[in-house]
Amino acid sequence: MDFLQRLFGRLEGPSSRDTAKNRLRLVLVQDRATLSPGLMEQLKTDLIEVITRYLDIDESNMRVEFDNSDASVAIVASIPVREVKRSSGAGAR
Amino acid sequence: MSGSVIVVTSGKGGVGKTTATASIGAALAMMGPSVVLIDADIGLRNLDLVLGLEGRIFHNLVDVVDGAVDAHKALIRHKDIKNLSLLPAAQSRDKTAVTPESMKAIADELKSSFDYVIIDCPAGIEQGFKNAVAGAEKAVVVTTPEMSAVRDADRIIGMLEHEGIADPWLIINRIRFDMVKKHDMLDVNDVLEHLKIELLGVIPDDEAIIVATNKGIPVVMDEKSKAGRAFRDVAARIMGEDVPMAAAAEEEDWFTRIIRWFARARG
Repeated sequence: MDFLQRLFGRLEGPSSRDTAKNRLRLVLVQDRATLSPGLMEQLKTDLIEVITRYLDIDESNMRVEFDNSDASVAIVASIPVREVKRSSGAGAR
Repeated sequence: MSGSVIVVTSGKGGVGKTTATASIGAALAMMGPSVVLIDADIGLRNLDLVLGLEGRIFHNLVDVVDGAVDAHKALIRHKDIKNLSLLPAAQSRDKTAVTPESMKAIADELKSSFDYVIIDCPAGIEQGFKNAVAGAEKAVVVTTPEMSAVRDADRIIGMLEHEGIADPWLIINRIRFDMVKKHDMLDVNDVLEHLKIELLGVIPDDEAIIVATNKGIPVVMDEKSKAGRAFRDVAARIMGEDVPMAAAAEEEDWFTRIIRWFARARG
């Protein structure tokens, strides 16, 4: 059976080793992000700095989180917009 | 003389930290250097058992911290390996009996008369961990190819860095090459890919470890044990020797092995 499996590849989907690898990758990304003190805060501050150049946002209701649905890690930011600045101001630094 | 102080740690319990400490210490001592092992797992003393020294304990680490006895007086010498000594943990006290400062003072004192001071760290990330790493210059992180152990190892690597111990070494313990081959276990590279630290050794899962522990004889004294050999290689690497990762040969199939055998016979 083993021999056949090796010959024809695995038929029943990913191996438990691949599943473990993938789950481990996701959990380590999350662990490292939540554990490094200030990383999320710093990220938020930088995001605010960039976005306020273009938009007037509600900083107090802003949320930045890691999301690991599907086999990938995404950073999801929810930033309520109060007002879009006039296009003449968009390029201003 | 100033020896090196190495802490053996893992985060997760039950991955073979104490066995690794005993094996590395015994292997180093068998190669010549003088070695003292410190059991920092206060209240859960076990290093004495693995070394077969449980019947000879009079003083312990907490007695030394309390100033009741001098560090050198509290040491127990191994019966077969003359230059291997143990400073046992206290069994009746808890980790609050020791502070990082007192551990550092003891490690500093012992390194003036031993080539290697090796500290067996308790599992967990609290006070016991902070005590055990306080006097260390270098760390060995022990993990197994399991997700929970790797995750905890990742956490510990971060904490070691925070404590000022950079670039720890990694030991991957209890690997089963038959399962790796069937894609049912993480392999060495999978673990390294995540942890990204220097690999010090790969220890195959070996029943000889259990037998050796039953007898209280360090597994590195067993010439035939694969794990014993892997730990002897680890000791040689700590001493700066360039030993190839022999365990990798286990992953070769019979065909490759025959080719290698012929190549060796010809050369």
